[in-house]
Amino acid sequence: MLVDMKDNSGSESEPLLQMKGLRIEGLSENGWQEIVCGIDLQLKRGEIIGLIGESGAGKSTIGLAAMGYARDGCRITEGDIIFDGIELRTASEEEKRKLRGTRISYVAQSAAAAFNPAHRLLEQFAEVPVAHKILSLSKAKEKGRALYRSLDLPDPENIGERWPHQVSGGQLQRMMVAMAMSCEPDLIIFDEPTTALDVTTQIEVLKTIKEIVIDRNVAAIYVTHDLAVVAQMADHLMVLRHGNLIEVNSTGQILKSPKQEYTQNLLDARSRNEKITAQIPNPKTLLSIESVTAGYGKGPDILQDVSILVEKGRTVAVVGESGSGKSTLARVVTGLLPARFGGIHFRGEPLPDKLNHREKQQLQKVQMISQLPDIALNPRQRVRDIIGRPLSFYLGLKGKEKEQRINELLQQIELPQSFIDRLPSELSGGEKQRICIARALAAEPELIICDEVTSALDSIVAKAILNLLQRLQNELGVTYLFISHDLDTVANIADQVVVLYAGRVAEQGSKSAVFQPPFHPYTRLLLSSVPEMRQGWLEETLSTREAKAGIAREVKITEQGCPFAERCPIAIEDVCVASRPPLQTTTSGHVYACQHSIEVLLRESQY
Amino acid sequence: MNNMFKTLSSAPLSAKFGMIVIFTYLVVAVFAPLIAPYGEREILGRAYELWSSEYPLGTDNLGRDMLSRLIYGARNTLGLTLTITVLAFLLGGILGMIAAALGGWVDQILSRIVDVFMAIPSLIFALLILSIFGTSMPYLIATIVVLDATRVFRIARATAMNVAVMDYVEVARLRGEKLGWVIRKEILPNITAPLLAEFGLRFCFVFLFISALSFLGLGIQPPTADWGSMVRDSSTLISYGDVTPLIPAGAIALLTVAVNFVVDWMLHRSSGLKDVS
Repeated sequence: MLVDMKDNSGSESEPLLQMKGLRIEGLSENGWQEIVCGIDLQLKRGEIIGLIGESGAGKSTIGLAAMGYARDGCRITEGDIIFDGIELRTASEEEKRKLRGTRISYVAQSAAAAFNPAHRLLEQFAEVPVAHKILSLSKAKEKGRALYRSLDLPDPENIGERWPHQVSGGQLQRMMVAMAMSCEPDLIIFDEPTTALDVTTQIEVLKTIKEIVIDRNVAAIYVTHDLAVVAQMADHLMVLRHGNLIEVNSTGQILKSPKQEYTQNLLDARSRNEKITAQIPNPKTLLSIESVTAGYGKGPDILQDVSILVEKGRTVAVVGESGSGKSTLARVVTGLLPARFGGIHFRGEPLPDKLNHREKQQLQKVQMISQLPDIALNPRQRVRDIIGRPLSFYLGLKGKEKEQRINELLQQIELPQSFIDRLPSELSGGEKQRICIARALAAEPELIICDEVTSALDSIVAKAILNLLQRLQNELGVTYLFISHDLDTVANIADQVVVLYAGRVAEQGSKSAVFQPPFHPYTRLLLSSVPEMRQGWLEETLSTREAKAGIAREVKITEQGCPFAERCPIAIEDVCVASRPPLQTTTSGHVYACQHSIEVLLRESQY
Repeated sequence: MNNMFKTLSSAPLSAKFGMIVIFTYLVVAVFAPLIAPYGEREILGRAYELWSSEYPLGTDNLGRDMLSRLIYGARNTLGLTLTITVLAFLLGGILGMIAAALGGWVDQILSRIVDVFMAIPSLIFALLILSIFGTSMPYLIATIVVLDATRVFRIARATAMNVAVMDYVEVARLRGEKLGWVIRKEILPNITAPLLAEFGLRFCFVFLFISALSFLGLGIQPPTADWGSMVRDSSTLISYGDVTPLIPAGAIALLTVAVNFVVDWMLHRSSGLKDVS
């Protein structure tokens, strides 16, 4: 104790950031309501604390409060926020302005939205240190290049001269992390920095963040809804719900022995409960996609020679990173994008290429649920009209009958009947997605295309939606074409898996065949990139040869050779780049495209 | 009904003022024959008589009662403006939404036609058409409707474009909905707010445009009373320090301001901006 008292030279024992009894109110239709209800937080130098919870938990609001900032329509009502001895609540705007950007910086969720598209990247990097008169413009740019170099960004000398739209999403997010470091801050707030990214890109960004924070002894607040991600980063975790603290402990303790039920739920949301494919006596093909090649306008072929069979009552998942052509496939099946070559058969009959050549009944039997429930529901229509329209349009239901059917559908998607008169703005993200499901179901379809239906949702809500979809399949026998970049999700719902890479099928077969050795090298990369709920996973993964070869590279469509060759750890020199990989089929119907024989892949999978 | 009253009473002062002014104008326009002391076209005395108890605002260049003509003018000018604005919105709004919903060559053709119209200064274009075809009412209406419809088209198309890319419009298309339904049920409800704002502004512009044309002698033709031509007819009085010509001009200005107050308020409400007090 005595030693601690004497040691005043460094502020090691003093917390860098301290929040005491923080209360924040937000303005809603019913006046001011408390959204953060008395939170205490302590953060020392070089420490990372993870704030975790669903949307509406108040985690971003707390993150912003660490800068003494409250969003429009929010106000800090009580408590102290002390940053390095400065009380931010009473500090003047001028004092806070001096801190922000220089000693505390902020990394937002969407780098694409946070960068100004009209300025070059390096100019934006230099903006903060120059504005705060810390560095001259040339010094700041020099520093930017040095940071880019240390973060392993490609072509660090010149990448800063590019515009934001000229680099990939993962690179942009990493450049934003670099930008947060421009003034060597003491504290960085990360607000869901990887949520919008593919698993492989996520690793790339996590690596960057970890390097910055650990190597430079910076303190950080890491806000996310994904426990597996934050487990890689944080020393301590705070579990939040509706603005209240549920649990706080060291990361290891929370993962091993959560004390609260809610924390356990968060842990479970990531756990796999794999679907066991039931045997269907006479499997009938519902949809067959035959050698489809498609692209936009005069551009290149986004899909090349893709063939997929979908059996009735099953779920076929299409996986791949962004740019692999998954959504394009959905557009071809729905008729929004006519294929250049190839065709589609539905229930044994050819399905016309173009949407307006399809008959009403064909449209009725293929329904779609899309990624963003926010823009999939007309904000001016009530739930009654949204679900009711397909009922009257396809089935001719009216009046009481229609009303009754709407209520049945609401029951099926586990929402109360009182929701019938709500507007979309009065629903949460998960509820909106349920309404989208109900709208698709109302048409009594045979096939539902689910395009990334859970990727915009929190992990617990996403899990509930998956369970709902599975239950509906069991009860109604509906077939899903399930598009996703998240292999965890796919493992929970799929019977068959199609792995797409750069518009071509890399591998397809039953889920057990795809998810177990022998692996296609790309499938292996994807599988190894899914965060696991344990500490140290990130380091382990980064040291694998898959990650070394495949992380931080973009999906590129190639005219010849295997498009995956340059990211493949076992690519055969000269061969893979030059010639198309042959499609090989095993006896169990497992198809993969690779130069290697199945024996080689099996041996490599055990490596 | 109760709800509407509540909404109205919560309006800010400026909007209330605007609504009272508009309401007064409407009453005057509808009941013009009952309110006006004399007939619209009655020649009563000498030209340019001063204000008196007999002629509260004096007489005009032909000896007609100024006040009575002002009251009848409300009816003529307002009625014409409203007709033109509504027609322009129907034409421009529907075409704009069709262009946005269909895209492709339909959009190209419609947009290029509109560009041609917009490339010509509208006053000059109107003068041209009206001097070729004569200044009858149908030509006057048709000319201004077409000219204003181009402006409405632009805003309807631009706002509808933003809505047309939304997933819910795509969902409606995938369902097999017809164009009419997509426009009416999916697009229109979501662009009502900007269109309403535009309606208010457009109303003022049309109003001023008609008055300007009338002032130039190509608008509403005598002996029909109209504020624009009234300003012109009595404009000589300005040189004698008489304020009478400013009264019809003031009537135009007051209505324009009032309409804008109301539109501002409606925009504020529908844009969902909240007052943080």
